[in-house]
Amino acid sequence: MTSFVYQRLFSFFVTLAVTSVVVFGVLEWLPGNAAQVILGETATPESLAAMEEKLGLNQPALTRYFNWTGGLLQGQSGISISYDTPTAQLMLERMHVTLPLAVMAMSITVIMALCLGLYAASKQNTAGDVGVMTLSQIGLALPNFWLAILLILLFAVQLQWVSAGGFPGWSEEDGGGLWAGLAALILPAMALAAVQTAILTRVTRSAVIEAMSEDYVRTARAKGLSKQQVLWGHVLRNAMIPVVTVMGLQFGNLITSAIVIENVFVLPGIGRLIFQAIANRDLIVVRDVVMLLSAMVILINFLIDLLYAWIDPRLKSGGATA
Amino acid sequence: MVLLLVLSALVSLFWSPYPVGDIDIPNKLAAASAQHWFGTDSLGRDIASLLLVGSQNSLLVGFIAVGIGLGVGVPLGLLASAKRGWVEEVVMRVADFTFAFPALLSAILLTAIYGPGLVVSITAIGIFNIPVFARITRGAANAVWTRDYTLAARAAGKTKWAITWEHVLPNVASVLIVQATVQFAIAILAEAALSYLGLGTQPPNPSWGRMLNEAQSQMFQAPMLAVYPGAAIALAVLGLNLMGDGLRDLLDPRLSRTR
Repeated sequence: MTSFVYQRLFSFFVTLAVTSVVVFGVLEWLPGNAAQVILGETATPESLAAMEEKLGLNQPALTRYFNWTGGLLQGQSGISISYDTPTAQLMLERMHVTLPLAVMAMSITVIMALCLGLYAASKQNTAGDVGVMTLSQIGLALPNFWLAILLILLFAVQLQWVSAGGFPGWSEEDGGGLWAGLAALILPAMALAAVQTAILTRVTRSAVIEAMSEDYVRTARAKGLSKQQVLWGHVLRNAMIPVVTVMGLQFGNLITSAIVIENVFVLPGIGRLIFQAIANRDLIVVRDVVMLLSAMVILINFLIDLLYAWIDPRLKSGGATA
Repeated sequence: MVLLLVLSALVSLFWSPYPVGDIDIPNKLAAASAQHWFGTDSLGRDIASLLLVGSQNSLLVGFIAVGIGLGVGVPLGLLASAKRGWVEEVVMRVADFTFAFPALLSAILLTAIYGPGLVVSITAIGIFNIPVFARITRGAANAVWTRDYTLAARAAGKTKWAITWEHVLPNVASVLIVQATVQFAIAILAEAALSYLGLGTQPPNPSWGRMLNEAQSQMFQAPMLAVYPGAAIALAVLGLNLMGDGLRDLLDPRLSRTR
């Protein structure tokens, strides 16, 4: 088990390092230089020189790379050009919206998908199963930002139950509060969760059907265990392996899909931050946010690998690279 | 539905009810009528025409992005499978790494540098398709390499490249066709999302994603404007997904059992 964890940990750090090189490199090899992109075509030579000085462009690329990554590791980030604030502080503030949104969406996804997937698997080839599968097929085809717009149309424009967008904040001093904050995130979370629920329902259904056809299920039934006991004791644990894999991929997806959904609902999250950074040509924020989001996706994949080993002990010793 | 998408794109090459660039302010936000089947937008442009011409965009993105994925990913997957060893390890690790960069993030990074546009969004979606096809090809090709007929071909003195071309590629083609339809649908969704954010197709070219963006600001006056383009995207994607499922059942009946 320990060697498995070390192996995964090593691969996690290598991927993280390569990602940082690519993110840095892509912005390094841009046509012209960063100061030119930030200030635009009409910039005067003096302002260009000042910006180059501010960005440290007069130093060699390698020095800047190590300054950047070294700073990130010590919790010191670059200063945003448009906000004049450390990017870490900006990202931390915005995470107060994005992270609860992703967690809410993931919770809705897991609860709905496990219920629907188990139901469909236990009613295989009946009307209930066909109904769930048809719904999931439709869910797969819906663009999440369109669903978000439809939800706004229904709940904000027609029924006027919630506001069409914006975020009141978590603290009551800002005019928000826990409930007001949750209420503002519920429609975005539903829009994010719909497609992911459709995917996870299908995976859960086929994993459970697959596990139910295994020999050990027949043996357990022959020993006299009830259908329910076999389902909870044997089938679910084995069916969870593909389900957990997909859940990991989905959490990464949710974080990036949040970029679009936050823009639909005008939520001040990380997605809105990067979108505004592009509009303001704030390359420092773009670089750090892309790095943060990539690192989160890599971290989630790493945690999922560890979770695998916990669910399926065969992977710990077998050297399998699931 | 896929046929409808292709037909719409083909028809729109020669004919649309109104030219898409025709602005008719006095007639803005008109309801559906015999003249304007789906009404008009905030500039008085005919929605039906915009939807028809917008389908060209979706098809173009799908074809090129999947083409990039197939063109680069399949040779890499075949190479990994034929060579095995460190070549396979390197190709697969690079593929794993590319997976950490979802299409949306790559597109944002590229847009920050080169500015928004269709080419940037197609490139970003295409790059994301490469590891998908590389992994699928390598997995399917590895299975083919263990078959008796490839062993026999090797015994007969054929080179690895000849076997790859004559035996492996034809045998993995069905899996690739199915995956291509799925990736096509994903490409349409990704392009729509990028265009919605203003990072994809730029005006005056019509795009379903951007139509949704424009419709959102008119939601209180003309809610139906936000319904049609989304329905077009959903129908196209649903059609492609169902086509993928159908092809999978047709080409590999074993897989359809548990799905």
